[in-house]
Amino acid sequence: MASQNLQSVPDQPAGPGAGDAQDQTAQLEAEGQAYFDRVMAEDSRIEPKDWMPAAYRKTLLRQISQHAHSEIIGMQPEANWISRAPSLKRKAILMAKVQDEAGHGLYLYSAAETLGQSRDKMMDDLIAGKARYSSIFNYPALTWADMGAIGWLVDGAAICNQVPLCRASYGPYGRAMVRICKEESFHQRQGFEILLELSNGTPAQKQMAQDAVNRWYAPALMMFGPPDDDSPNSKQSMAWNIKRFSNDELRSRFVGMMVEQVRVLGLTLPDSEVRFNEETKKWEHGPLDWEEFKEVLAGRGPCNAQRLERRREAHDDGAWVREAAAAYAAKQARKHAEKEFAA
Amino acid sequence: MSPHGNPEVPASSAGAVESTAAKVPAGPETSSESSAPRSVWPLWEVFVRSSRGLSHVHAGSLHAPDAAMALRNARDLYTRRNEGVSIWVVPADAIAASDPDAKGSFFESPQGKDYRHATYYTKSEGVKHL
Repeated sequence: MASQNLQSVPDQPAGPGAGDAQDQTAQLEAEGQAYFDRVMAEDSRIEPKDWMPAAYRKTLLRQISQHAHSEIIGMQPEANWISRAPSLKRKAILMAKVQDEAGHGLYLYSAAETLGQSRDKMMDDLIAGKARYSSIFNYPALTWADMGAIGWLVDGAAICNQVPLCRASYGPYGRAMVRICKEESFHQRQGFEILLELSNGTPAQKQMAQDAVNRWYAPALMMFGPPDDDSPNSKQSMAWNIKRFSNDELRSRFVGMMVEQVRVLGLTLPDSEVRFNEETKKWEHGPLDWEEFKEVLAGRGPCNAQRLERRREAHDDGAWVREAAAAYAAKQARKHAEKEFAA
Repeated sequence: MSPHGNPEVPASSAGAVESTAAKVPAGPETSSESSAPRSVWPLWEVFVRSSRGLSHVHAGSLHAPDAAMALRNARDLYTRRNEGVSIWVVPADAIAASDPDAKGSFFESPQGKDYRHATYYTKSEGVKHL
C-alpha cells in the first residue's frame, strides 16, 4: 500500500569515521526518538523508512497483520453462501463483497510488509495457527439472513472501528484504511437491505432476520475488544496515535447507531438493557460474555478449526498455480535475455 | 461437504461456544509448503491514471511473478470500481528514492527563496490581470 522499503540513495558518502561506533548508534537512536516524538506531538505521520521505536513497530505489525488475516478469513462465512444466494443479483453482490475482502487483506499485507515482515511469513503464521484474527469470523453463518446480519452488524462495527484508523500515525496503515473504508460502506448497506427485505417478507422470513440479528449482536459488540479496564495495550496505542478512541467509547457509539437503525428494520436488538445515559451522554448495553470472547480468541470457538483448515486447503490447492506462474516468468525472462544477447 | 448442505453448520450446536473442543492444532510442521523454500514473487509498485489528462498516481503495491501478471493483479486489486483508465507497474527495486535521513539538507535549497512564489510580490496588489 505504500512506497515499500525502496532502495534509497544516500545523499552523501559516509563521513570520516569519527568517534566510536557505539556512541554513534546511541546518538542516532536519540535523534530518531526526538524526531519520532516530534512527529507524535504534531500528530503527523511516520513513514516506512523513518526511525521508530521497536515496540511501535511490533505493535503495528501485530495489529496490521491480524487485521489482514481477519479480512482473508472473513471471506469464508460469506463465500459459503455465494452458491446459495436467492437471486442472481444477490449472488453478484456477494461475490463483489467477498472480492473486496480479499482486496482489503492484500492492502493490509502490503502495509505490514513495509514494517519488515515478509508476506510469506505472515501467511505461514496464519495457516500454522500461530496468528490471531478477529474472533467474529469463528461464528457460523447459519441462514441467508446471516448475510444480512453480517453486513449490517459485523461490517457496521468494522467501519466504526476503522474510520478513526484512517488517521493512524503510520502512513501506510492510514492509507490502506482510507481505501478500505471507502469500499466498506457498500458492505453495510447491502446487509441492511437484505434484512429489510426479509423483515418486510413473510412472518417466517422476518423471524429468520430477527434470529440472525439475535445471534450476531453480542459477537459484533465484542469486536471492539475487551472493556477499557481490561485492555492493557490501548493506552500505549492511543499515545502513539494509532488508536484514537477507546474500545468502550467506540462500542457505545455503535450501539447508539444500531438502536436507530433497528427501528427502520422493524426488528429489535436482543438486549433489554440498552439505554442512553443522560449523565454521561453515552449509550449503554447489557453485559457481554467476555469468557466466551477469550475462548473464541484462544481457538476454541465454533468454527476456528474449520476456518483454518479451509484456509490451509485453499493455500495448498493454489500451490501449483503459484509454481506455474513463477516457472513461466522465469522461462520468459530467460528467453528475453537470450534474445538480447543474440541481438 | 455436500454441495447442497450448509457448510457453515458447525459440529456443535449453533452459536454455542465449544469450550471442550481441543485447541486448534498448529499446522503440520513437515508440510512441503513450510519446509521447502518458496520462490518469492517480486514486489511491484502500482500507479493508476484515474482519467485522461491526469498523471498516474501511486495506488499501492502487490506481488507478481512478471509484468503481465502484475498488470492483471493491479487491475483486479486497484480498479474494481472504475478507478483507472491506465496502469503502470514498476518493480519496487527499480525505484531510486531520496534518503529520508537527509531530508533537511537534500531539500534545503528552496528555503528562504520566497521570491520564487508569486505571493512574494505584493506591490502589484489590486492591479488587474497581473
